Amino acid sequence: MKFKDYYQTLGIERGAGDDEIKRAYRKLARKFHPDVSKEPQAEERFKELGEAYEVLKDPEKRAAYDRLGASYRAGQDFQPPPDWGQGFEFSGAAPQGGQGMNAEEAAAFSDFFESLFGGSERGRRSSRATAARSARPADHHARIVIDLDDAYHGAERSITLQSPQVDAAGHAVVQERNLNVKIPRGVREGQRLRLAGQGAPGPDGRSGDLYLEIQFKPHPWYRVVDKDLYLTLPVAPWEAALGGAVTAPTPGGKVDVNIPAGSQGGRKLRLKGRGLPAAEPGDLYIELKVVLPPADSPKAVEAYKRLATELRFNPRLQLGV
Amino acid sequence: MQTHALTCTTMDEGVLLDLRDLTRACAQPETWVMELVQVGILEPLSGPAHKPGDWRFAGQALFTARKVQHLQQDLGVNLEGAALALELMQQLDALRARLARAGGFD
Repeated sequence: MKFKDYYQTLGIERGAGDDEIKRAYRKLARKFHPDVSKEPQAEERFKELGEAYEVLKDPEKRAAYDRLGASYRAGQDFQPPPDWGQGFEFSGAAPQGGQGMNAEEAAAFSDFFESLFGGSERGRRSSRATAARSARPADHHARIVIDLDDAYHGAERSITLQSPQVDAAGHAVVQERNLNVKIPRGVREGQRLRLAGQGAPGPDGRSGDLYLEIQFKPHPWYRVVDKDLYLTLPVAPWEAALGGAVTAPTPGGKVDVNIPAGSQGGRKLRLKGRGLPAAEPGDLYIELKVVLPPADSPKAVEAYKRLATELRFNPRLQLGV
Repeated sequence: MQTHALTCTTMDEGVLLDLRDLTRACAQPETWVMELVQVGILEPLSGPAHKPGDWRFAGQALFTARKVQHLQQDLGVNLEGAALALELMQQLDALRARLARAGGFD
């Protein structure tokens, strides 16, 4: 188990006052709130913030933690001392409503937290979790990352879900399960899929649903906006200047694209219906990028020189030079 | 692990939710959902003029409602504040989409 520096998590000094702790927590909670933030680790950070605040806002827990923390650094291996907890009474005052943790987060505190405060917390946390659970929807929510190809063609994917649970003794445990899921063709980023009955059993005996939020793995070539795709297509100077058919990739396979003669770099072409499939499928937008062959052989140098003398081309004419 | 792949429903306009679906998903009373409609965060497809019992919402409404619930619970914002946050997030998403179209990084 690694030691957690709760002060570092909140970005404050050890001597910080209660107001400062609250301010730091509120500011960071806004920044890393998983519903607001696009930071990749937002959810993880948000949970850590909640845990740090749970300890530091409580004078009893903070005092106990401070006594320990003086001799540890973040990430250092840690075992609670055998006399841990002696001389401290954890009254375990329940956090005020409104601010702070919800039941899901509370169930997901770290082993480090559990080892320090688990004993005193267990009773109330399990009752809190139980109370929360009976009122709490049994739906589960998760995010999955899929390839653009999976969305384009539809796919079967095996996914692993981890969900924090509170066991009979009030311990937070992470349960893992595998599901085999059919990704519907044409699903878009940000959309949610419902898997009926795959949540937790609810208070009424009926099982909740599982919701999966779709995220695309970044594709090396395509940018995806809703159901449209954007591709930067490299072309040789003569292909742009003279026009003609060039081959372009699409998620559905290679296609020939007709480049109009006299095209410049940056020209946009639309391939209708070549985006993500739908009743009205998305489009594929191609932006031309003129790529120059390197002048790395006598032949190439000769060709460029001939072009220069024969064309007398001034690309800076408009700049008056 | 099960052998047959589970079939998913895409939560879009093709899925109709009623008041009960939303109260259940958010563990909130009906009055809370009604407030969300009043503030304009949720819009019933049938129009807010109908009886709440007859309201039908598109599938996405469930996640909007949950987002509001989290904002209220975790950050202590009120409904107006949550509505404002949602609008700003939508604007941010639209700008990110423009950036992606233009070939920028997000």
